[in-house]
Amino acid sequence: MWQPEIETMPRESIRALQEERFLRTWNHIWDRAPAQRGLLQAAGIGRGDVKSLSDIVKLPFTDKKAFADNYPFGLFAVPQEEVIRLHGTSGTTGKPAMGGYTAGDMAVWKDLIARVCAAAGVTKRDLAQVSFGYGLFTGGFGLHQGLEHMGVCVLPMSAGQTEKQLMMMRDMGATVLVSTPSYALYLSEAVREHGIKDQLKLRVGLFGGEGHTPEMAAQIEENLGITATSNYGLCELTGPGVSGECLFREGMHIAEDHFYTEIIDPETGAVLPEGETGELVVTPLTREALPLIRYRTKDITRVTYERCRCGRTHVRMDPTLGRSDDMLIIRGVNVFPSQIESVLIRQEHIGPHYLLVVRREGVTDTLEVQVELIDGSVLESFGMLEKIKHTIQSRIKDILGLTVKVTLVAPQTIERFMGKARRVKDER
Amino acid sequence: MVIEQISVFVENKQGALSEVLEVLAEGKIDLRAISIADTSDFGILRMIVPDPDKTLALLKAKGITASKTEVTGCKLPDEPGALYRVLKTLEGISVEYIYAFLTRRDEDAYVIIRVEDNERAQEVLRAAGHTIIGSEDVYSL
Repeated sequence: MWQPEIETMPRESIRALQEERFLRTWNHIWDRAPAQRGLLQAAGIGRGDVKSLSDIVKLPFTDKKAFADNYPFGLFAVPQEEVIRLHGTSGTTGKPAMGGYTAGDMAVWKDLIARVCAAAGVTKRDLAQVSFGYGLFTGGFGLHQGLEHMGVCVLPMSAGQTEKQLMMMRDMGATVLVSTPSYALYLSEAVREHGIKDQLKLRVGLFGGEGHTPEMAAQIEENLGITATSNYGLCELTGPGVSGECLFREGMHIAEDHFYTEIIDPETGAVLPEGETGELVVTPLTREALPLIRYRTKDITRVTYERCRCGRTHVRMDPTLGRSDDMLIIRGVNVFPSQIESVLIRQEHIGPHYLLVVRREGVTDTLEVQVELIDGSVLESFGMLEKIKHTIQSRIKDILGLTVKVTLVAPQTIERFMGKARRVKDER
Repeated sequence: MVIEQISVFVENKQGALSEVLEVLAEGKIDLRAISIADTSDFGILRMIVPDPDKTLALLKAKGITASKTEVTGCKLPDEPGALYRVLKTLEGISVEYIYAFLTRRDEDAYVIIRVEDNERAQEVLRAAGHTIIGSEDVYSL
């Protein structure tokens, strides 16, 4: 453990720390973040309405729109001269949401990353290949500085140039791989194709930046011979380091001394009891440059406060089922691409990459699942090919109650992603 | 005595078949017999070529899904009813698919038959007086 005294703190001490830090953040916002103060006042909230952490349920949520409305630095609580780093979201739907960091924020962030890495079993004897993109994305620089802070030897590969990634992985003897799960899958397939698994020293994968299913993790583990761990974070909330799995892999430990979390019903905004699935809402407790109140992550998950077998006492969240943004509504059924992925990845004869195409035919929505046929041995009979399609179809029907069209396509025709994967094409 | 056949997965979209044939043309692969079967979204191209291993390697190098299988070849007179007599002989043996081709070299016709058990099918065919052909025969045609 990187900070055992904090990571194993009794729950009542965590709560007391959160209480104190939340009130400090609350005052910080009123003192120094005019735009956020305006948002609170517009919602009819005054500074005196909050006396303790339990009052948080009365406060309005902050969402991505607040970032867009106050682009680029409007939500910040410090002037730009106190900001020493900027990062941004991918901004697929317009301008990125910008995150800013003071020197103090950077120091905290390094420890958050170090906790996640240590929980995954990384020590300073490791050599970590960082195959996250370096740039505005928080992943590359975030993991880089946290690993360095631990004394781990960092190999900053960034994403892309797969052949070179494999060469360096082998020649440098990388023991840790840091990337998005989609890129790890892609790299792991290349490793399998080149037959170089035995020449690698990789033992742990730290995957984040997007969600993935246990089935996909299992595939990466098999191809690379590693233990795959997930970690979680959002640029708006600092970046990676918000939570991460320990080696028991029974949920990602949220750094509760820095983040207060709630699970809400995404429709009504009501706070849900422990164990129920809903949208994760996070209030950072120690941010200087960018404190926020009840930030809606759009990520769907579930939490448990039960003490983990690893000894950590902080709340654990399930790997995210998907972002509520990624959720498709097809014929009234809520569909997360990850649910379909879990079916596809355990299907034999096909590759792990897929594309979901949603169309509207007349008044009906249709979902087509495209997968690559990679195994030539099934070409001997149409019966076998039809069986693959039917098996996928019926398993998806079991999970979602939805009949989808399954199309087998040729290998290497579905797009591969170096960063976060985009697996849905909505033509409606 | 069996013939090695190459099967190739072909997506049902414009240019997909050309792509496969281009690889074969570039590799100077001489197609002795081909057959294409298709469904609404994909097809399977089957072919007999003189060097199946090289062909398979060429296709795989291009990331095309392909495989090699053993099939039975049978020579029969090019006349009405000949194919019927072959199939009649095979009654009780399930035939996955079948395709025929002619050559310039002789008057006879040839069929490629895909069955689960080549040995047994050939035994039955031979017993009924049919001529079984092997790889060498096809390549020299």
